[in-house]
Amino acid sequence: MSNWIPLWLHKLGSPPTFYRFAGAVRPWAMALAFLFGAVALYGGLVLAPADYQQGEAYRIIFIHVPSAWMSMFIYAVMGVAAFIALVWRIKLAEVVAMESAPIGAAFTFITLVTGSLWGKPMWGTWWTWDARLTSELVLLFLYLGVIGLYHAFEDRRQGARAAAFLAIIGIINVPIVHFSVNWWNTLHQGSTINLFGQSKISWDMLWPLLCMMLATKFYYIASLFRRVRTDLLALEGGKDWVRRIAESEAGQ
Amino acid sequence: MNAHTLQGFFAMGGYAAYVWPAYAVFFLVLIADTIAPRLRRRRVLRELRARLARQSVRQDRARQDQARDRPNGQSILTPPSP
Repeated sequence: MSNWIPLWLHKLGSPPTFYRFAGAVRPWAMALAFLFGAVALYGGLVLAPADYQQGEAYRIIFIHVPSAWMSMFIYAVMGVAAFIALVWRIKLAEVVAMESAPIGAAFTFITLVTGSLWGKPMWGTWWTWDARLTSELVLLFLYLGVIGLYHAFEDRRQGARAAAFLAIIGIINVPIVHFSVNWWNTLHQGSTINLFGQSKISWDMLWPLLCMMLATKFYYIASLFRRVRTDLLALEGGKDWVRRIAESEAGQ
Repeated sequence: MNAHTLQGFFAMGGYAAYVWPAYAVFFLVLIADTIAPRLRRRRVLRELRARLARQSVRQDRARQDQARDRPNGQSILTPPSP
């Protein structure tokens, strides 16, 4: 077998190569996010029928559920990157882990607020200390803890290692969030979408949801790559490749 | 959509006060998440250029000093080895 894939990955791990790669991918990811997002909004807000129980209020699902998926997905990515950063001391993995945290925190915040706005008309309360809601709130605090710990150190890389450790420990919360609706009696409804087997939702409602899921995934890639590029410039400030970029983008 | 008018669409079957703020939060948070790194990138590049400018001033001064002190001497500012 040829070993060009590990070779390519190895090269991609070097900051100048990744900087260029991320710069090439980012606009496409953002364009796809806009495209899928627009289609999902049209499908979700205009085409999908009203729910027979919840009326029009259920339309919050098209942003609430994809955001909730992203809050867990990004935490998993952050945890894996943090593990790689701690074990192999790869600078790029540190940057990916640390720059994932603010995006994950943003999606977790959206999940909590949209859930609250959905809960008020459906359950009659903005908030309740139930397993799903509480574990999602803990997820937000974990993200904020990682961000805070990272910035608490004078030395960026030392901060990244400390925060990576917290990120790894916090992974335990991700399955708790996911399975909380099965493990405990909760006000929150169970999973609507089932990867293995029949989903409890009609196709008219399902496809906008999946479209929005794709949109948020592409948005994450675009946002992460923009953040990673900036972070690499800051971290590698003294290097030649960064100097060339700083000089060539003098006007911007 | 059950309501066929634009008004009916915005009314969201009486749930407008919950549905639209939810969508507003979604977009506002993501817009903020897009703008923040953009501003940071600009700041990082500005600081880098300021540092490079300071460095080049220092190098020019060193070169002038060297030209005055030892006109025929070996350069103390050797270019970086390849």
